[in-house]
Amino acid sequence: MSYRLPAPLGNAIDRSSAISFTWNGKKLKGFEGDTIASALLANGEHILGRSMKYHRPRGVLTADFWDPNTTVQVDDEPNVRASHRKLADGMAVSAQNVWPSLKFDVKAANGLVGRFLTAGFYYKTFMKPAKLWPTYEHVLAKFAPGGAVDLNTPHGRYDKRYAHPDVVVAGGGPSGMAAALAAAEAGSSVMLVEHEHQLGGHLLWGSDDDQVAATELAASCEAAGVEILSNSTVAGRYEDNWISISQRNHPGVIERLIKARAKTLVVAAGTIERPYVFQGNDLPGVMTSGGAQRLIRMYGVKPGTRAVVFTANESGDSAVEALQSAGISIARVVDARSGEGITSASGSKSRVKRVTLSDGATVDCDLLVTAVGWTTPTSLLNMAGDRPVYDADAARFFPAGPPDNVLATGGMVGDGSRNELIAHGRATGELAAGRAVVVRHRIQAATARATPVDGQEPDYPADERTPLDRARHPEVYRSTTHGIVDYSEDVSSKDLFSAAGEGFDSVELIKRFTTATMGPSQGKLETVNTVAMLAEARNETIAEVGTTMWRPPYAPISLGALAGRINEPTRVSVLQSWHEANGATPILAGQWVRPEHYGDPAAEVLNTRTNVGIIDVTPLGKLDLQGPDVPKLLSLLYTNKWMALPIGGVRYGLMCAEDGVVLDDGVTARLDEEHYLMTTTSSGAAKIWHWIEMWLQTEHPDWQVHVTPVTTGLTSINIAGPNSRELLGRLTDDIDLDPDAFPYMNVRRGTIAGVENCIAWRIGFTGELSYEIHVPSGHAVHVWGQLLEQGADLGVKAFGLEAQRIMRLEKGHFIVGQDTDGLSKAPVTGLNPLLKLDKDDWAGMPEVAWTIESGDHPVIVACQPDNGSVVPEEAAQILRAGTTEIVGRITSSRMSPTLNRSICLAQVTKEFATPGTSLEVLLVSGERITATVQEHHAHFDPEGARLRG
Amino acid sequence: MLLVPCPHCGPMNAGDLTYNGESHRRPDPKTCTPKEWRTYLYLRENPSGWLLENWYCSSGCRKHFKIERHTLTGELRAPVLPGRKPGATQGDMK
Ligand SMILES: [Zn+2]
Repeated sequence: MSYRLPAPLGNAIDRSSAISFTWNGKKLKGFEGDTIASALLANGEHILGRSMKYHRPRGVLTADFWDPNTTVQVDDEPNVRASHRKLADGMAVSAQNVWPSLKFDVKAANGLVGRFLTAGFYYKTFMKPAKLWPTYEHVLAKFAPGGAVDLNTPHGRYDKRYAHPDVVVAGGGPSGMAAALAAAEAGSSVMLVEHEHQLGGHLLWGSDDDQVAATELAASCEAAGVEILSNSTVAGRYEDNWISISQRNHPGVIERLIKARAKTLVVAAGTIERPYVFQGNDLPGVMTSGGAQRLIRMYGVKPGTRAVVFTANESGDSAVEALQSAGISIARVVDARSGEGITSASGSKSRVKRVTLSDGATVDCDLLVTAVGWTTPTSLLNMAGDRPVYDADAARFFPAGPPDNVLATGGMVGDGSRNELIAHGRATGELAAGRAVVVRHRIQAATARATPVDGQEPDYPADERTPLDRARHPEVYRSTTHGIVDYSEDVSSKDLFSAAGEGFDSVELIKRFTTATMGPSQGKLETVNTVAMLAEARNETIAEVGTTMWRPPYAPISLGALAGRINEPTRVSVLQSWHEANGATPILAGQWVRPEHYGDPAAEVLNTRTNVGIIDVTPLGKLDLQGPDVPKLLSLLYTNKWMALPIGGVRYGLMCAEDGVVLDDGVTARLDEEHYLMTTTSSGAAKIWHWIEMWLQTEHPDWQVHVTPVTTGLTSINIAGPNSRELLGRLTDDIDLDPDAFPYMNVRRGTIAGVENCIAWRIGFTGELSYEIHVPSGHAVHVWGQLLEQGADLGVKAFGLEAQRIMRLEKGHFIVGQDTDGLSKAPVTGLNPLLKLDKDDWAGMPEVAWTIESGDHPVIVACQPDNGSVVPEEAAQILRAGTTEIVGRITSSRMSPTLNRSICLAQVTKEFATPGTSLEVLLVSGERITATVQEHHAHFDPEGARLRG
Repeated sequence: MLLVPCPHCGPMNAGDLTYNGESHRRPDPKTCTPKEWRTYLYLRENPSGWLLENWYCSSGCRKHFKIERHTLTGELRAPVLPGRKPGATQGDMK
């Protein structure tokens, strides 16, 4: 049978546009504009799900976003709010939390064993014995509500946006629309955010006049240039009006997170109708007065045939009119204002059938509508520091007074006719716009480089709004029976009373103990009832109990929206296209995409050691330092001495943080009288730049040093191998490469392959004779090509990062962050001659001095497995022989193509650092092997004859 | 997110700056005791109230500056620093 009502009822649906969908496999039809729930009700499907713990049948209660028990699965998407999500053609909708079917649910037996599921059952039932915890987890997981996650679901698209509006209005009811309109007319840029699908708020399910007024106001907002965000939620308000907005209707994305810096926030969130607590209050067919009116007037759906209405306010009276207009017979109106009441409802397994009144009479019906009062959703005001205050005469909470840049209007602050609400909204919008002007002026005045502000700061507008009256309302929370307080968590008033009896006297504690208010509706329906139950149980007033703290988000935000787009930037050198064209296997090193190898890293090593190799080392951090005080800066940052570095000299340096831990290393060259080029590790480039700025600006503002990062401005190429001098010589005329004229650890500037202003220095990371050249990046492709062309007969070949790592390990050079970690103080490196304790100051010096003094630190050693064919994994533990005592770890390990055996660097305690010591290394397989500590860090050419040649 | 007034760029999202924590004096590394040095490294006053802090305009003009923040209310104000008259606004800071 169809429960669809004839037009004009149903202002949200378009009857000319039918939509097909399935419900648990059954084919049904709805209309454009229907929610999933309204379409199901129109088809006579009134059980939409089962409750979380007791698996009781549940139906529509509020028919809006907050409806607690209409969560369904739609295609591959679990946990969809059926009373909010619009119906779309072809949707496959199914019930969640049911087994084996919606109508015959095995777990409904929980209702019989309910005593195990009382307040705090999570904490009590599954405590002991601990060895059964995995079993408990298994059992609980089966009872957890929620739909099925489809692991094959394609990646959704989400996005973010940053906005800087003058005014954000949260809530698109009459007051919110009026505020947005007035602010826009006053010249503000305005974002109007409405939780539901269309503007209008309660006018949408009000009288015909209300509905016309809603349409007109919405049109005026649009015409005034207000940015309208419907089906969007202001989820949070943070310091200085940083507003998060979850936008669910942006084309092309599932959800978009807007971060708006508003100058004024207007909160017009309206009120949320409270359910009544009595036995049977969760039966399908029991609903709020707003829910019934929304179904009838917005969706043209008949929620029942014979109704009892329990009313304490005008909304109940209005519901009676709506029910009558829908042809529903009114079995009884029970008016709380004249002392009448209801005691309980009973029914079949699937629907309410009978209501028992306070006077003992029973009335048959299939629909029970309650109108017992309002919850003020003060969340956004709470986030701004407001603490709501309970007004017993109005039976609801009101804001105490938010800060100046947050204004509340509408039902949150009082009651009134439609015109009174609009008038208050308009006054609020004007005030918001006036205050936004002042904030804008202040921001501009505080910005040194902004256009100078004209004139004096405008006066800060005072709040001269005429307050809205507060309508008197009886306090109607619970009948003489117990019922459900939190529908989504299945917490009853009985649970709350028993928790109060157990001593939970604070609402913040009872909430966590019982999980009341902690479900998907985030307390919007449950908080005030929870407070009222606690007050009643403890014989206190609601004002004395107070309310819980509402925190962000106002409504759930998907994790996808928080993550946004995957947008990790990567960097490449200008030579990357050559690498790609020549078979490089890419590796992501920090932010840099680099060639790991060009096919055979071992062959690249051997060619470099035999002939000559070139590697693109552009990611090396490069900082150009100029000024008379550069030597002082270098002396402060490096552990060694820098005051006497001659022009043309290059020196290695180690940097420490103030706690003495190794921070970075690299070489720095003196190019000219007051001109230096510093290199850092690739990953340390940005960090060291900040580090230098910090020292120069805070501790030594009198030093004259300019620091400029030039990492990508210069492309860096290392030319290594016995033929490197011959190769470079073919490309330069003005750099004298004679070993006496240009020795090891020196720098020269000149022309390379016709490119002027190149820098070349001799260093030895690979252990070979090598020249590292830094070329203006615009010409780097040319220089790289010339090196390959001119060196063809010398056997030149490009080598990648892996070959370089092998060669540096053969030479025993440690890498900061690989062979050292966040606890490795400088003496760990073994570079003690570089730790100059006789200098006045350097970063980390005291800690390094005390570490040396105590001698209590591990050291880096080179070691070789006794079986040279075994390569222990990096981070493999080193143990005291035959025990499980950890005395160190392998920090780097490779098979050496040069030595044809495995080689390692390790950190070990001093006791195990003596050359010749046998180490026991625990492999990942569990096998233990032995390795021997070497005399030198370098496994190959420890005297350095090759690189100094 | 707090708006932190950089003396050069004006109010900036705190996330665009680097927070360098409570302002503290660096002891003389030649003469300090381990206790003094480790107090400098690790121990902070963390008061409930006004706190002098170091900020770095890392995504803006790269200026290091000090500001006073009220740790309870989030209120910010220009600190009185040596050589600057009391009541100076952020615009006067350099
Ligand atoms: Zn700045």
